Amino acid sequence: MMNESNPLAAQSTAPIERPLLQVRELSMRFGGLLAVDHVQFDVHRHQIFAVIGPNGAGKTTVFNCIGGFYRPTSGTVLLDGHSIHGLPSHHIARLGLVRTFQNVRLFKNMTVVENLLISQHMQLETRFLHGLFKTSKYRRAEAQALERAAFWLEKVNLLSVANREAGNLAYGQQRRLEIARCMITQPKLLMLDEPAAGLNPQETRDLDQLINELRAEHDIAVLLIEHDMSLVMGISDEIFVMEYGRPIAIGSPDQIRNDPRVIKAYLGEE
Amino acid sequence: MPRHFFEAMLVALLAGLLTVPILGIQIQVEGINVSLEGDPLPVLLAMAAVFMARLLQVPLKAVSGVMHITRRVPRPIHLPTAYRLILIVLVIVAAAIWPFTVSRGAVDIATLALIYVMLGLGLNVVVGFAGLLDLGYVAFYAVGAYGYALLSTHFGLSFWECLPLCVMMAAITGCLLGFPVLRLRGDYLAIVTLGFGEIIRLLLNNLDELTGGPDGIGNIPKPSLFGLEFARRSSTEGGTTFHEFFGLEYSGADTVVFLYLVALVMTLLILYVINRLIRMPVGRAWEALREDEIACRSLGLNPTTIKLSAFGFGASTAGFAGAFFAARQGFINPESFTFIESAIVLAIVVLGGMGSQIGVILAAIALTALPEIARQFAEYRMLIFGLVLVLMMIWRPQGLLPATRPRLELPARAETL
Repeated sequence: MMNESNPLAAQSTAPIERPLLQVRELSMRFGGLLAVDHVQFDVHRHQIFAVIGPNGAGKTTVFNCIGGFYRPTSGTVLLDGHSIHGLPSHHIARLGLVRTFQNVRLFKNMTVVENLLISQHMQLETRFLHGLFKTSKYRRAEAQALERAAFWLEKVNLLSVANREAGNLAYGQQRRLEIARCMITQPKLLMLDEPAAGLNPQETRDLDQLINELRAEHDIAVLLIEHDMSLVMGISDEIFVMEYGRPIAIGSPDQIRNDPRVIKAYLGEE
Repeated sequence: MPRHFFEAMLVALLAGLLTVPILGIQIQVEGINVSLEGDPLPVLLAMAAVFMARLLQVPLKAVSGVMHITRRVPRPIHLPTAYRLILIVLVIVAAAIWPFTVSRGAVDIATLALIYVMLGLGLNVVVGFAGLLDLGYVAFYAVGAYGYALLSTHFGLSFWECLPLCVMMAAITGCLLGFPVLRLRGDYLAIVTLGFGEIIRLLLNNLDELTGGPDGIGNIPKPSLFGLEFARRSSTEGGTTFHEFFGLEYSGADTVVFLYLVALVMTLLILYVINRLIRMPVGRAWEALREDEIACRSLGLNPTTIKLSAFGFGASTAGFAGAFFAARQGFINPESFTFIESAIVLAIVVLGGMGSQIGVILAAIALTALPEIARQFAEYRMLIFGLVLVLMMIWRPQGLLPATRPRLELPARAETL
């Protein structure tokens, strides 16, 4: 799919369709530290796009800039052609860009189902009087929300623990719940920040399958930060490599695997 | 079994010894003579209750243990809902009948307790559910009280007309304060709200022309029953009073009982609204915000509006209770709205268990009724409060009756979806 000869120019010859997410010249400075330095990439519809790089390369900072948790120092971010630069994070989430966190952020003292209900907040009947008098409209909305929650719980295999407190789940279950919680908002783009961290090999394989399923069945694009190379290389359509905040390579898994700059960044020089 | 029986006897005996000074001795006033009179019945009742509770402790634990296990099964059990409903109805009926059987003083204390129940429930939403530490809660209580006092004395509006206005005023005050300060978290928010509480009190003290300053506002009318006043004679020309309408002998106790019942209805209303709210999306969002604000934002929840709604709702509850407080007292001045009131309400919430409504109700009753019953220990009241809170934080930080999570029934699986 990608231009083979020059990976960094791949964007220009990419499909005619407008990319779902366009990141242009993104920079983020914390005082004297330039954590993200002119990062630029596109994520297309239906694509699984991975961002990799050594620890401290600025991957999560890129996520935080895209998701509106940081206000980038310069650059633009377009979702579906519209600028989301500088919008508050909850606004960006409503536009269909949701994320998971490197250290799972669940509502720990609430049950698994409640976690999934909260994330449907924006789709629910939130008007006060409707809920106060349990109007039929309100009840229908709640019933549908539970229905959707049940659907996703089955999907990520958590139905049996539906009424347990989220904080008491095993780590792998928490990771899956966080993904379900994102998916239930019906996003266009799902950003996963190190989803395989702390998972055992079997769980990682399940995650691989789950991400592929999500893409196939729910028409989403996935933007992924990951250190597990077997997962990244197997699943990604395109990989973007960063080091010290700067982009060093972009291309298909095969290109990245053989790219001397990437090898240098990971293994050092002779 | 004999061991349990023996233990229960011992515990009941201890309870008897401990309750004699509080329940067994009553002060009798006859003219100018004050005497103490022993009454064994309450002590015996207390002993019997303690005995039964101790005896049945093991079976009860077994039952709750079973329930604990079934909690993990995704299918909900329907039976407890019915039990709960019956229990709730029984408690309400008992609370409504109770004032007709006891002394006027006891009903009066119960009314005061209900005011604190309302305040506690309101603050519970802010602190317990939304996790916003508000140390100036009394400010909204003052807004409600002064709102009613001023509206009724200046514009002649009745209590029932003023009630919604007071709720609105308090809610608006809450939102006005909330808007600039809710971006603060934890300790910082606590300090700002603490300051706000003091500002309101100082304003009331110094706006002499409007609020009467330290002299306060007097002659605040009491609520009426569909226009029927509770007084010896009607205050308006040609008006009818309650006892005239029903052809009863005038009795001052009627007023007290009526006020109690009004407070009870108001408390039940608040309870109903809160119980609906916490099961609604907005209530869930409050809790989610307490758990993790960043996760909330990442899911499209706007933290500012959610915080404001919690803060505004808590404030409006305080305004609601404040209007009733003014009507019950008939006289208010800034001394009723000092920081210590905020502290007591917060103590109620912490003691009861943050987010637990039954816990908050029981704590409110305990913290208001006990000092009234044991007046001779009045000087030690704050000392004991402090001690209890410290001990609570060490041994039971989740409160006396910690909140339990609602179980949600999932629809019978839809493989078709």
